Amino acid sequence: MKNYKDGDRQVLKVAESLQKSIPPYRKNLIFFLHEVQRELGYFPEEVVLEAARYFSVSPAEIFGILTFYSAFKLNQSCLHHIRVCQGTACHVRGSEAIMKEFSRLLGLKPGELDSQKGVCLEAVNCLGCCAIGPVVVVDGKYYARVNLKEVEKIVAGLSARENAHGSAEV
Amino acid sequence: MEALKFNSLQDLKTADRGNQNRSGPRPRVISLSAASCGQASGALAVASAFESARKELGLEDKVEFKLTGCHGFCQLEPDIIVFPEKYFYPRVKVEDAQQILLETGLNGRFIPELGFNDENLPNGVSRLEELPFYQNQLRWLIDQQLDLDPLSLEDYLKHGGFQALGAVLSELTPAEVIGEIMASGLRGRGGAGFSTGLKWKLAREVAAQPKYLVCNGDEGDPGAYMDRGILESNPYSILEGMLIGGWAVGAAQGFIYVRQEYPLAIERLDKAISSLYQAGLLGEKILGTDFSFELELVRGAGAFVSGEETALIASIEGRRANPRQRPPFPVVSGLWGKPTVINNVETWANIPLIVKNGAAWFSKTGTDKSKGTKIFSLVGQVKYSGLIEVPLGISLDEIINKIGGGARSGKKIKAVQIGGPSGGCLPAELFNLRVDYESLPAAGAIMGSGGLIALDEDTCLVNLALYFLKFACDESCGQCVPCRIGTQQMVSVLEKITKGQGELADLDLLEKISSTMQQASLCGLGRTAPNPVLTALRYFRHEFEEHIVEKKCRALVCPDLISYVIDEDKCSGCLLCLNSCPYGAIEIASSGLPQIKLSSCEACGLCSSVCPEEFQAVKKISGKDRQLAQPGPDRVS
Repeated sequence: MKNYKDGDRQVLKVAESLQKSIPPYRKNLIFFLHEVQRELGYFPEEVVLEAARYFSVSPAEIFGILTFYSAFKLNQSCLHHIRVCQGTACHVRGSEAIMKEFSRLLGLKPGELDSQKGVCLEAVNCLGCCAIGPVVVVDGKYYARVNLKEVEKIVAGLSARENAHGSAEV
Repeated sequence: MEALKFNSLQDLKTADRGNQNRSGPRPRVISLSAASCGQASGALAVASAFESARKELGLEDKVEFKLTGCHGFCQLEPDIIVFPEKYFYPRVKVEDAQQILLETGLNGRFIPELGFNDENLPNGVSRLEELPFYQNQLRWLIDQQLDLDPLSLEDYLKHGGFQALGAVLSELTPAEVIGEIMASGLRGRGGAGFSTGLKWKLAREVAAQPKYLVCNGDEGDPGAYMDRGILESNPYSILEGMLIGGWAVGAAQGFIYVRQEYPLAIERLDKAISSLYQAGLLGEKILGTDFSFELELVRGAGAFVSGEETALIASIEGRRANPRQRPPFPVVSGLWGKPTVINNVETWANIPLIVKNGAAWFSKTGTDKSKGTKIFSLVGQVKYSGLIEVPLGISLDEIINKIGGGARSGKKIKAVQIGGPSGGCLPAELFNLRVDYESLPAAGAIMGSGGLIALDEDTCLVNLALYFLKFACDESCGQCVPCRIGTQQMVSVLEKITKGQGELADLDLLEKISSTMQQASLCGLGRTAPNPVLTALRYFRHEFEEHIVEKKCRALVCPDLISYVIDEDKCSGCLLCLNSCPYGAIEIASSGLPQIKLSSCEACGLCSSVCPEEFQAVKKISGKDRQLAQPGPDRVS
């Protein structure tokens, strides 16, 4: 995933190239949006308008879908994605306090993005790894049985990785 | 290896089933669990250690190594089962590879140090069946997964796969198949418990064409992951079930809808579907018969309500997952207005079993009206947690105390949450209750899709009720007023109570809102959302009253009603807590020991988590104790 900027002509090219493999049937709309999310990491306005034109629906309808499903983001993408599971099994093992600690250390509320560091913090309903909770997933890496003490280490690991990669693609 | 291809029923009959025509001893099989929880616990690194050690030691022909899906005991991932003895090794590490390969894989000797050790068990328990977690279960579905490579069609065939489809296509009429499913007594495993056979029959009888099948894999209940287990561990069984269903109902197209939070399940299912197309088991004129069936995988986009069947339909059609009024039911008017059979993942996986073994065999297990087995995700504060499969009609007590081993921390299990956000909390006094489609609703809970979360004294029932209502509020689609406004109002009332600002009249208010939501909401989400609150009020009213009257949270959970204090008798004065406190709320008292300044404390709990285990000097207090501990002039300078 590249770090695209708003107003970048490239984003439309991505949408246009997806159109080659996905015919404009209504049934394919959500699949198309998934692919845009995967390629761009978020939905710039021009892509929303393009999707509406391509599938012959109103832009409002596209916005309706994008805001309904949690998989789609309207904001600029993030480089580091921290997902804290808030499923019931994790909840009864203290995931609420874990989330608070992430919030405190990162200075972010759940759902917020730190645009400078490219870090976003997300509460996720259930990752289905209930026997090894509380579970935290950072950029696809799972941390099982997380306790409060480990949160700081996870956050520290994040900035270490950031330094190693610089602003390179992740 | 040559790709498998089946052009006729005869081809399927003569397929390599592995067990015949072989003489001499077969190599041992080392089976490593590598579903999502296994991979999250490092299974892939362990797997590559085994693969390279196998090469190094020259054991490639002598010991077979397999990556499988879930073995059920998810808490001990990654685990290894060595066949045929079924030796069990929990939490296997990279450095164990050589020893396990040589000692157990090659020589068949169990290594006690690596086995499952538990204070209540004699030392050196070696076999899977000897573990209390695996006893008392009846695993028709999960046992198939223990040594099955989920990505190999060949392996599925060796385990008897597609025999049921072969039998259906060559020997039975659609009516006979439907009759068999009806006679088996199989009911929807997604939670509602509608008769699967009857659903098929209704769909078959509708004249409209075309007809569709849907597999509902939008397992959104937080704290439940039974379907993920099957999707990742035995995808072919679901596909075979759908093929049988398609033929019986007269549908030529099916969809499998899987939630996007399960990337591994999506990946494996995708591969399984392509391999069936290649093998001629999906597509036009399957096995040379007139039966054609197309199957498409649909990835969900993150919305709990999509699991509701009419919402699921909207989502597959490419729209917001808004539920609609029923009737008409999907069997009459579903996808694109056509008859659609929607069954849950576990229901589909049961179909090949029933066809193969017969309705009579299936219906021997269970109660009068609830037949067969059910998979539950047994999690929370039990000692042993994971995916379990039990005969319907088993008691909660057997599940919690025998299979789950009771409480994990020496505390008491006080309740079990069953059925997720639509279910309820049942107290320990009701643990003799049978788990089936009739007994649980009578007690205020539901069977649900299989989430079973054990709660001990450290769980606050008010906090948990709030948790579920917040969840429902977040996930409400917002179309109908009772659900949209009702969940918000209940959240705000419950929040007030957890903050110690509630009144006793609030409890009546909660009941009133609940009753409106139950009667007037459009879909199941809104109608069942009050259940967690109502059961908590029914069985744990005293906890609500304590929050309101005594400002006390007995489980010491609700942040506004608790304080952290340092027990000077236990404190060693190491000052780890003082250094870790982000709010500067810890000071040194005149005794030279640290003391928490309650006015600055945010109750984050860091001090308690850094306090070394041998001291455990930081404790939580609530209610009267807390009022007494409020800082007086002489306590903190």
